[in-house]
Amino acid sequence: MFELSLDILAQTRGILFNGMIITLKITSVAVLLGMLLGTLLAAARISPLTPLRWAAAVYITCFRSIPLVMVLLWFYLVVPQLLNSFFNLSPLTDIRLFSAMTAFTMFEAAYYAEIIRAGLQSISRGQAQAALALGMTLPQALRLVLLPQAFRVMAPLLLTQGIILFQDTSLVYILSISDFFRTSVTIGKTNGFEPAMVLFAASFYFVISFIASRLVNIMKRKFDIQQSKV
Amino acid sequence: MNWGILVSDAPFGGVKYYQWLLDGLAVTLELSLCSWVVAFLAGSLFGIARTVPSAPLRALGALYVVIFRNIPLIAQFFIWYLVVPELLPGNLGKDLKAMDPEKQFFILSVACLGLFTGGRLCEQVRSGIQALSSGQRAAGLALGLTLPQCYRYVLLPNAYRIIMSPMTSEMLNMIKNSAVASTIGLLELSAAANRLLEYSAHPYESFTAITITYALLNFAVMFLMRYLERRLRVPGALGGERHV
Repeated sequence: MFELSLDILAQTRGILFNGMIITLKITSVAVLLGMLLGTLLAAARISPLTPLRWAAAVYITCFRSIPLVMVLLWFYLVVPQLLNSFFNLSPLTDIRLFSAMTAFTMFEAAYYAEIIRAGLQSISRGQAQAALALGMTLPQALRLVLLPQAFRVMAPLLLTQGIILFQDTSLVYILSISDFFRTSVTIGKTNGFEPAMVLFAASFYFVISFIASRLVNIMKRKFDIQQSKV
Repeated sequence: MNWGILVSDAPFGGVKYYQWLLDGLAVTLELSLCSWVVAFLAGSLFGIARTVPSAPLRALGALYVVIFRNIPLIAQFFIWYLVVPELLPGNLGKDLKAMDPEKQFFILSVACLGLFTGGRLCEQVRSGIQALSSGQRAAGLALGLTLPQCYRYVLLPNAYRIIMSPMTSEMLNMIKNSAVASTIGLLELSAAANRLLEYSAHPYESFTAITITYALLNFAVMFLMRYLERRLRVPGALGGERHV
Protein backbone atom coordinates (compact mmCIF):
# COMPACT_ATOMS: atom_id res chain seq x y z
CA MET A 1 0.00 0.00 0.00
CA PHE A 2 2.74 2.42 0.93
CA GLU A 3 5.54 1.30 -1.32
CA LEU A 4 6.58 4.11 -3.56
CA SER A 5 7.99 3.12 -6.91
CA LEU A 6 11.14 5.14 -7.44
CA ASP A 7 10.95 4.39 -11.16
CA ILE A 8 7.64 6.20 -11.41
CA LEU A 9 9.00 9.09 -9.38
CA ALA A 10 11.96 9.29 -11.75
CA GLN A 11 9.71 9.13 -14.79
CA THR A 12 7.39 11.81 -13.50
CA ARG A 13 10.02 14.15 -12.09
CA GLY A 14 9.42 16.52 -15.00
CA ILE A 15 5.75 17.12 -14.24
CA LEU A 16 6.44 17.15 -10.50
CA PHE A 17 8.97 19.89 -11.14
CA ASN A 18 6.43 21.82 -13.20
CA GLY A 19 3.97 21.48 -10.34
CA MET A 20 6.57 22.84 -7.95
CA ILE A 21 7.11 25.83 -10.25
CA ILE A 22 3.39 26.57 -10.27
CA THR A 23 3.25 26.36 -6.48
CA LEU A 24 6.20 28.74 -6.17
CA LYS A 25 4.75 31.09 -8.80
CA ILE A 26 1.44 31.43 -6.97
CA THR A 27 3.22 31.84 -3.64
CA SER A 28 5.65 34.51 -4.80
CA VAL A 29 3.08 36.53 -6.73
CA ALA A 30 0.63 36.44 -3.83
CA VAL A 31 3.31 37.32 -1.25
CA LEU A 32 4.66 40.28 -3.23
CA LEU A 33 1.43 41.75 -4.56
CA GLY A 34 -0.49 40.81 -1.40
CA MET A 35 2.02 42.70 0.72
CA LEU A 36 1.87 45.69 -1.61
CA LEU A 37 -1.92 45.81 -1.55
CA GLY A 38 -1.86 45.06 2.18
CA THR A 39 0.40 48.06 2.79
CA LEU A 40 -1.96 50.34 0.86
CA LEU A 41 -4.90 48.96 2.83
CA ALA A 42 -3.09 49.44 6.14
CA ALA A 43 -2.25 53.03 5.17
CA ALA A 44 -5.87 53.60 4.18
CA ARG A 45 -7.04 52.25 7.54
CA ILE A 46 -5.09 54.87 9.47
CA SER A 47 -5.67 57.73 7.01
CA PRO A 48 -7.54 60.84 8.14
CA LEU A 49 -10.06 60.42 5.31
CA THR A 50 -13.12 58.68 6.75
CA PRO A 51 -14.44 57.15 3.49
CA LEU A 52 -11.00 55.67 2.77
CA ARG A 53 -10.79 54.24 6.28
CA TRP A 54 -14.23 52.73 5.92
CA ALA A 55 -13.57 51.23 2.52
CA ALA A 56 -10.40 49.54 3.77
CA ALA A 57 -12.17 48.26 6.88
CA VAL A 58 -14.99 46.79 4.79
CA TYR A 59 -12.53 45.12 2.40
CA ILE A 60 -10.51 43.58 5.24
CA THR A 61 -13.54 42.42 7.22
CA CYS A 62 -15.15 40.84 4.15
CA PHE A 63 -12.11 38.87 3.09
CA ARG A 64 -11.35 37.78 6.62
CA SER A 65 -14.83 36.48 7.29
CA ILE A 66 -15.15 34.06 4.39
CA PRO A 67 -13.19 30.83 3.79
CA LEU A 68 -10.33 30.81 1.29
CA VAL A 69 -12.11 27.98 -0.52
CA MET A 70 -15.06 30.30 -1.24
CA VAL A 71 -12.76 33.14 -2.35
CA LEU A 72 -11.05 30.77 -4.79
CA LEU A 73 -14.38 29.57 -6.16
CA TRP A 74 -15.62 33.15 -6.54
CA PHE A 75 -12.58 34.29 -8.47
CA TYR A 76 -12.69 31.18 -10.60
CA LEU A 77 -16.25 32.09 -11.47
CA VAL A 78 -15.95 35.84 -11.87
CA VAL A 79 -12.44 36.62 -13.10
CA PRO A 80 -12.57 34.72 -16.42
CA GLN A 81 -15.78 36.50 -17.37
CA LEU A 82 -14.40 39.91 -16.44
CA LEU A 83 -11.17 39.29 -18.31
CA ASN A 84 -13.03 38.13 -21.37
CA SER A 85 -15.19 41.20 -21.38
CA PHE A 86 -12.13 43.46 -21.13
CA PHE A 87 -9.50 41.71 -23.22
CA ASN A 88 -11.53 39.42 -25.40
CA LEU A 89 -9.21 36.49 -24.77
CA SER A 90 -9.45 33.36 -26.81
CA PRO A 91 -11.36 30.64 -24.92
CA LEU A 92 -8.22 28.50 -25.10
CA THR A 93 -6.18 30.69 -22.77
CA ASP A 94 -5.78 29.06 -19.38
CA ILE A 95 -6.88 31.74 -16.99
CA ARG A 96 -7.39 29.44 -14.04
CA LEU A 97 -3.87 30.15 -12.81
CA PHE A 98 -4.47 33.88 -13.25
CA SER A 99 -7.75 33.63 -11.28
CA ALA A 100 -6.00 31.72 -8.51
CA MET A 101 -3.20 34.30 -8.30
CA THR A 102 -5.71 37.15 -8.14
CA ALA A 103 -7.71 35.36 -5.46
CA PHE A 104 -4.66 34.63 -3.30
CA THR A 105 -3.33 38.18 -3.71
CA MET A 106 -6.59 39.81 -2.71
CA PHE A 107 -7.25 37.35 0.11
CA GLU A 108 -3.76 37.58 1.60
CA ALA A 109 -3.76 41.38 1.30
CA ALA A 110 -6.47 41.50 3.96
CA TYR A 111 -4.30 39.47 6.34
CA TYR A 112 -1.10 41.39 5.52
CA ALA A 113 -2.99 44.66 6.05
CA GLU A 114 -3.85 43.69 9.62
CA ILE A 115 -0.26 42.69 10.39
CA ILE A 116 1.14 45.92 8.93
CA ARG A 117 -1.45 48.04 10.70
CA ALA A 118 -0.49 46.45 14.01
CA GLY A 119 3.13 47.25 13.13
CA LEU A 120 2.30 50.87 12.36
CA GLN A 121 0.36 51.20 15.59
CA SER A 122 3.27 49.81 17.59
CA ILE A 123 5.41 52.78 16.56
CA SER A 124 5.25 55.62 19.02
CA ARG A 125 2.92 58.45 18.12
CA GLY A 126 5.75 60.93 18.48
CA GLN A 127 7.39 59.54 15.33
CA ALA A 128 4.39 60.43 13.18
CA GLN A 129 4.00 63.81 14.86
CA ALA A 130 7.68 64.59 14.42
CA ALA A 131 7.55 63.65 10.73
CA LEU A 132 4.48 65.81 10.18
CA ALA A 133 5.99 68.66 12.16
CA LEU A 134 9.03 68.53 9.87
CA GLY A 135 6.64 69.36 7.03
CA MET A 136 6.27 65.89 5.53
CA THR A 137 2.94 64.96 4.03
CA LEU A 138 1.26 61.85 5.47
CA PRO A 139 2.30 59.66 2.50
CA GLN A 140 5.88 60.88 2.90
CA ALA A 141 5.82 60.22 6.63
CA LEU A 142 4.51 56.72 5.96
CA ARG A 143 7.06 55.95 3.29
CA LEU A 144 10.14 57.46 4.91
CA VAL A 145 9.54 57.14 8.64
CA LEU A 146 6.71 54.86 9.68
CA LEU A 147 6.60 51.95 7.22
CA PRO A 148 10.34 51.12 7.30
CA GLN A 149 10.10 50.74 11.06
CA ALA A 150 6.82 48.85 10.93
CA PHE A 151 8.26 46.39 8.43
CA ARG A 152 11.24 45.77 10.64
CA VAL A 153 9.04 45.05 13.65
CA MET A 154 6.65 42.92 11.63
CA ALA A 155 9.14 41.03 9.45
CA PRO A 156 8.88 37.73 11.37
CA LEU A 157 5.08 37.82 11.27
CA LEU A 158 5.01 38.75 7.59
CA LEU A 159 7.36 35.87 6.78
CA THR A 160 5.33 33.43 8.88
CA GLN A 161 2.24 34.54 6.97
CA GLY A 162 4.21 33.77 3.80
CA ILE A 163 4.82 30.21 5.03
CA ILE A 164 1.10 29.80 5.76
CA LEU A 165 0.36 31.11 2.28
CA PHE A 166 2.82 28.65 0.75
CA GLN A 167 0.89 25.82 2.42
CA ASP A 168 -2.47 27.30 1.50
CA THR A 169 -1.63 27.41 -2.22
CA SER A 170 -2.23 23.64 -2.21
CA LEU A 171 -5.94 24.55 -2.09
CA VAL A 172 -5.83 25.32 -5.83
CA TYR A 173 -6.52 21.59 -5.94
CA ILE A 174 -10.23 22.49 -6.02
CA LEU A 175 -9.70 24.49 -9.23
CA SER A 176 -7.90 21.51 -10.87
CA ILE A 177 -4.70 23.52 -11.22
CA SER A 178 -1.70 21.18 -11.42
CA ASP A 179 0.41 22.58 -8.62
CA PHE A 180 2.76 20.32 -6.68
CA PHE A 181 0.05 18.80 -4.49
CA ARG A 182 -2.46 18.12 -7.26
CA THR A 183 0.27 16.69 -9.52
CA SER A 184 1.43 14.31 -6.78
CA VAL A 185 -2.11 13.12 -6.09
CA THR A 186 -2.76 12.59 -9.80
CA ILE A 187 0.45 10.61 -10.27
CA GLY A 188 -0.52 8.50 -7.27
CA LYS A 189 -4.02 7.91 -8.58
CA THR A 190 -2.97 6.85 -12.08
CA ASN A 191 -0.25 4.51 -10.79
CA GLY A 192 -2.11 2.99 -7.87
CA PHE A 193 -0.16 4.38 -4.97
CA GLU A 194 -2.14 7.42 -3.95
CA PRO A 195 -1.52 7.17 -0.16
CA ALA A 196 2.23 7.05 -0.69
CA MET A 197 2.16 10.04 -3.03
CA VAL A 198 0.03 12.04 -0.59
CA LEU A 199 2.64 11.36 2.11
CA PHE A 200 5.38 12.28 -0.36
CA ALA A 201 3.72 15.62 -1.14
CA ALA A 202 3.03 16.28 2.56
CA SER A 203 6.69 15.73 3.41
CA PHE A 204 7.74 18.14 0.65
CA TYR A 205 5.60 20.91 2.19
CA PHE A 206 6.70 19.87 5.66
CA VAL A 207 10.42 20.10 4.95
CA ILE A 208 10.18 23.51 3.27
CA SER A 209 7.83 25.00 5.88
CA PHE A 210 9.86 23.57 8.75
CA ILE A 211 13.17 24.94 7.47
CA ALA A 212 11.60 28.29 6.62
CA SER A 213 10.04 28.69 10.05
CA ARG A 214 13.34 27.78 11.70
CA LEU A 215 15.03 30.51 9.64
CA VAL A 216 12.37 33.00 10.67
CA ASN A 217 13.03 32.10 14.32
CA ILE A 218 16.77 32.58 13.94
CA MET A 219 16.17 35.91 12.22
CA LYS A 220 13.82 36.98 14.99
CA ARG A 221 16.42 36.19 17.67
CA LYS A 222 19.15 38.03 15.80
CA PHE A 223 16.90 41.01 15.38
CA ASP A 224 15.94 41.04 19.06
CA ILE A 225 19.61 41.21 20.02
CA GLN A 226 20.24 44.05 17.60
CA GLN A 227 17.32 45.93 19.06
CA SER A 228 18.43 45.48 22.62
CA LYS A 229 21.91 46.81 21.75
CA VAL A 230 20.48 50.09 20.52
CA MET B 1 -30.03 38.16 -10.54
CA ASN B 2 -32.95 35.89 -9.87
CA TRP B 3 -33.22 35.19 -6.17
CA GLY B 4 -36.33 33.09 -6.77
CA ILE B 5 -33.98 30.26 -7.70
CA LEU B 6 -33.33 29.58 -4.02
CA VAL B 7 -36.96 28.79 -3.31
CA SER B 8 -37.54 26.78 -6.48
CA ASP B 9 -37.52 22.97 -6.51
CA ALA B 10 -34.20 21.12 -6.47
CA PRO B 11 -33.85 18.37 -9.10
CA PHE B 12 -34.00 15.57 -6.56
CA GLY B 13 -34.87 14.87 -2.94
CA GLY B 14 -38.20 16.70 -3.25
CA VAL B 15 -36.86 19.84 -1.55
CA LYS B 16 -36.17 23.45 -2.48
CA TYR B 17 -32.66 24.65 -3.30
CA TYR B 18 -32.31 26.65 -0.08
CA GLN B 19 -32.71 23.36 1.80
CA TRP B 20 -29.35 22.23 0.34
CA LEU B 21 -27.81 25.36 1.76
CA LEU B 22 -29.32 24.75 5.19
CA ASP B 23 -28.20 21.09 5.13
CA GLY B 24 -24.68 22.25 4.33
CA LEU B 25 -24.82 24.82 7.11
CA ALA B 26 -25.93 22.13 9.57
CA VAL B 27 -22.96 19.92 8.63
CA THR B 28 -20.57 22.87 8.91
CA LEU B 29 -21.93 23.68 12.38
CA GLU B 30 -21.73 20.06 13.59
CA LEU B 31 -18.24 19.67 12.18
CA SER B 32 -17.09 22.93 13.79
CA LEU B 33 -18.53 22.08 17.19
CA CYS B 34 -17.07 18.55 17.29
CA SER B 35 -13.70 19.70 15.93
CA TRP B 36 -13.54 22.47 18.52
CA VAL B 37 -13.91 19.91 21.31
CA VAL B 38 -11.07 17.84 19.84
CA ALA B 39 -8.96 20.95 19.23
CA PHE B 40 -9.52 22.30 22.72
CA LEU B 41 -8.60 18.99 24.37
CA ALA B 42 -5.56 18.34 22.18
CA GLY B 43 -4.40 21.96 22.31
CA SER B 44 -4.73 22.11 26.09
CA LEU B 45 -3.08 18.73 26.67
CA PHE B 46 -0.08 19.39 24.44
CA GLY B 47 0.05 23.06 25.44
CA ILE B 48 0.32 22.05 29.10
CA ALA B 49 2.89 19.41 28.16
CA ARG B 50 5.05 22.18 26.70
CA THR B 51 5.21 23.94 30.09
CA VAL B 52 5.81 21.06 32.52
CA PRO B 53 9.21 20.31 34.09
CA SER B 54 9.55 16.93 32.31
CA ALA B 55 11.74 17.30 29.21
CA PRO B 56 10.29 14.31 27.25
CA LEU B 57 6.76 15.70 27.67
CA ARG B 58 7.91 19.14 26.53
CA ALA B 59 9.51 17.56 23.46
CA LEU B 60 6.32 15.62 22.73
CA GLY B 61 4.33 18.86 22.80
CA ALA B 62 6.82 20.53 20.48
CA LEU B 63 6.73 17.59 18.06
CA TYR B 64 2.94 17.77 17.86
CA VAL B 65 3.04 21.46 16.96
CA VAL B 66 5.80 21.02 14.37
CA ILE B 67 3.99 18.20 12.57
CA PHE B 68 0.51 19.69 12.49
CA ARG B 69 1.58 23.23 11.63
CA ASN B 70 3.93 22.45 8.77
CA ILE B 71 1.71 20.29 6.57
CA PRO B 72 -0.98 21.98 4.45
CA LEU B 73 -4.52 21.39 5.71
CA ILE B 74 -5.67 19.81 2.45
CA ALA B 75 -2.75 17.35 2.60
CA GLN B 76 -3.73 16.51 6.18
CA PHE B 77 -7.29 15.82 5.03
CA PHE B 78 -5.97 13.49 2.33
CA ILE B 79 -3.74 11.73 4.84
CA TRP B 80 -6.68 11.13 7.17
CA TYR B 81 -8.79 9.92 4.29
CA LEU B 82 -6.27 7.71 2.47
CA VAL B 83 -3.50 6.80 4.89
CA VAL B 84 -4.90 6.68 8.43
CA PRO B 85 -7.57 3.97 7.78
CA GLU B 86 -4.75 1.69 6.54
CA LEU B 87 -2.77 2.20 9.72
CA LEU B 88 -5.57 1.65 12.23
CA PRO B 89 -5.16 -1.53 14.27
CA GLY B 90 -7.38 -4.59 13.82
CA ASN B 91 -10.58 -4.19 11.87
CA LEU B 92 -11.03 -0.53 12.76
CA GLY B 93 -9.86 0.66 9.37
CA LYS B 94 -12.15 -1.75 7.52
CA ASP B 95 -15.07 -0.86 9.75
CA LEU B 96 -14.46 2.80 9.06
CA LYS B 97 -14.39 2.24 5.30
CA ALA B 98 -17.55 0.12 5.44
CA MET B 99 -19.44 2.96 7.10
CA ASP B 100 -21.95 5.17 5.39
CA PRO B 101 -19.64 7.54 3.42
CA GLU B 102 -21.18 10.68 4.88
CA LYS B 103 -20.51 9.38 8.43
CA GLN B 104 -17.00 8.25 7.50
CA PHE B 105 -16.12 11.64 5.98
CA PHE B 106 -17.52 13.37 9.04
CA ILE B 107 -15.48 11.36 11.57
CA LEU B 108 -12.28 11.77 9.56
CA SER B 109 -12.94 15.50 9.13
CA VAL B 110 -13.47 16.00 12.86
CA ALA B 111 -10.20 14.22 13.62
CA CYS B 112 -8.32 16.15 10.96
CA LEU B 113 -9.70 19.64 11.60
CA GLY B 114 -9.61 19.11 15.37
CA LEU B 115 -5.98 18.07 15.55
CA PHE B 116 -4.93 20.71 12.99
CA THR B 117 -6.58 23.47 15.03
CA GLY B 118 -5.20 21.87 18.20
CA GLY B 119 -1.69 22.51 16.91
CA ARG B 120 -2.47 26.21 16.75
CA LEU B 121 -4.27 26.28 20.10
CA CYS B 122 -1.36 24.44 21.72
CA GLU B 123 0.90 27.43 21.10
CA GLN B 124 -1.66 29.81 22.55
CA VAL B 125 -2.21 27.71 25.67
CA ARG B 126 1.55 27.55 26.14
CA SER B 127 2.02 31.29 25.76
CA GLY B 128 -0.95 31.91 28.06
CA ILE B 129 0.64 29.79 30.80
CA GLN B 130 4.06 31.35 30.23
CA ALA B 131 2.57 34.84 30.38
CA LEU B 132 1.59 34.30 34.01
CA SER B 133 4.14 35.48 36.53
CA SER B 134 6.28 32.59 37.74
CA GLY B 135 5.24 33.50 41.28
CA GLN B 136 1.81 31.98 40.61
CA ARG B 137 3.23 28.53 40.02
CA ALA B 138 5.64 28.88 42.93
CA ALA B 139 2.90 30.10 45.28
CA GLY B 140 0.60 27.26 44.26
CA LEU B 141 3.28 24.67 44.89
CA ALA B 142 4.35 26.33 48.13
CA LEU B 143 0.77 26.10 49.38
CA GLY B 144 1.08 22.33 49.05
CA LEU B 145 -0.83 21.87 45.78
CA THR B 146 0.45 19.07 43.60
CA LEU B 147 1.53 20.10 40.09
CA PRO B 148 -1.75 18.90 38.48
CA GLN B 149 -3.73 20.74 41.15
CA CYS B 150 -1.64 23.83 40.57
CA TYR B 151 -2.55 23.71 36.86
CA ARG B 152 -6.19 22.97 37.56
CA TYR B 153 -6.85 25.64 40.19
CA VAL B 154 -4.22 28.33 39.62
CA LEU B 155 -2.56 28.39 36.20
CA LEU B 156 -5.20 27.23 33.71
CA PRO B 157 -8.11 29.39 34.92
CA ASN B 158 -5.91 32.45 34.46
CA ALA B 159 -4.20 31.30 31.26
CA TYR B 160 -7.47 30.56 29.44
CA ARG B 161 -8.77 34.01 30.28
CA ILE B 162 -5.64 35.65 28.92
CA ILE B 163 -5.90 33.82 25.60
CA MET B 164 -9.65 34.29 25.09
CA SER B 165 -9.29 36.65 22.16
CA PRO B 166 -6.60 34.77 20.19
CA MET B 167 -8.65 31.62 20.89
CA THR B 168 -11.68 33.33 19.37
CA SER B 169 -9.82 34.10 16.17
CA GLU B 170 -8.61 30.51 16.06
CA MET B 171 -12.20 29.35 16.40
CA LEU B 172 -13.20 31.61 13.50
CA ASN B 173 -10.26 30.27 11.46
CA MET B 174 -11.41 26.75 12.19
CA ILE B 175 -14.93 27.45 10.93
CA LYS B 176 -13.45 28.86 7.71
CA ASN B 177 -11.01 25.95 7.43
CA SER B 178 -13.90 23.49 7.73
CA ALA B 179 -14.63 24.32 4.08
CA VAL B 180 -11.57 22.26 3.10
CA ALA B 181 -13.43 19.13 4.27
CA SER B 182 -15.34 19.35 0.99
CA THR B 183 -12.18 18.07 -0.77
CA ILE B 184 -12.58 14.61 0.75
CA GLY B 185 -16.29 14.60 -0.07
CA LEU B 186 -18.03 15.96 3.01
CA LEU B 187 -21.17 17.82 1.93
CA GLU B 188 -20.77 20.91 4.09
CA LEU B 189 -21.62 24.50 3.31
CA SER B 190 -19.00 25.19 0.65
CA ALA B 191 -19.75 21.88 -1.07
CA ALA B 192 -23.35 23.11 -1.33
CA ALA B 193 -21.94 25.95 -3.45
CA ASN B 194 -20.59 23.49 -5.98
CA ARG B 195 -23.78 21.44 -5.97
CA LEU B 196 -25.92 24.52 -6.48
CA LEU B 197 -23.58 25.66 -9.25
CA GLU B 198 -23.90 22.35 -11.07
CA TYR B 199 -27.64 21.92 -10.81
CA SER B 200 -29.19 25.37 -10.62
CA ALA B 201 -27.11 27.15 -13.29
CA HIS B 202 -27.42 30.30 -11.17
CA PRO B 203 -23.90 30.57 -9.77
CA TYR B 204 -24.02 34.20 -8.63
CA GLU B 205 -27.15 33.80 -6.53
CA SER B 206 -26.03 30.60 -4.85
CA PHE B 207 -22.46 31.79 -4.23
CA THR B 208 -23.71 35.05 -2.78
CA ALA B 209 -26.13 33.24 -0.47
CA ILE B 210 -23.42 30.88 0.76
CA THR B 211 -20.82 33.62 1.20
CA ILE B 212 -23.27 35.68 3.24
CA THR B 213 -24.06 32.61 5.36
CA TYR B 214 -20.37 32.17 6.16
CA ALA B 215 -20.01 35.85 7.01
CA LEU B 216 -23.06 35.76 9.30
CA LEU B 217 -21.78 32.63 11.04
CA ASN B 218 -18.45 34.38 11.51
CA PHE B 219 -20.03 37.49 13.04
CA ALA B 220 -22.36 35.43 15.25
CA VAL B 221 -19.44 33.50 16.76
CA MET B 222 -17.43 36.71 17.12
CA PHE B 223 -20.16 38.47 19.10
CA LEU B 224 -20.83 35.42 21.25
CA MET B 225 -17.14 35.13 22.12
CA ARG B 226 -16.84 38.86 22.86
CA TYR B 227 -19.73 38.51 25.28
CA LEU B 228 -18.12 35.48 26.95
CA GLU B 229 -14.81 37.30 27.13
CA ARG B 230 -16.43 40.20 28.99
CA ARG B 231 -18.23 37.87 31.36
CA LEU B 232 -15.17 35.78 32.18
CA ARG B 233 -12.64 38.57 32.51
CA VAL B 234 -10.63 38.47 35.74
CA PRO B 235 -11.85 41.45 37.78
CA GLY B 236 -9.18 44.11 37.97
CA ALA B 237 -7.11 42.58 35.18
CA LEU B 238 -5.80 44.76 32.38
CA GLY B 239 -8.63 45.79 30.08
CA GLY B 240 -11.21 45.12 32.76
CA GLU B 241 -11.33 48.68 34.04
CA ARG B 242 -14.23 49.66 31.83
CA HIS B 243 -16.71 48.48 34.45
CA VAL B 244 -15.09 50.15 37.42
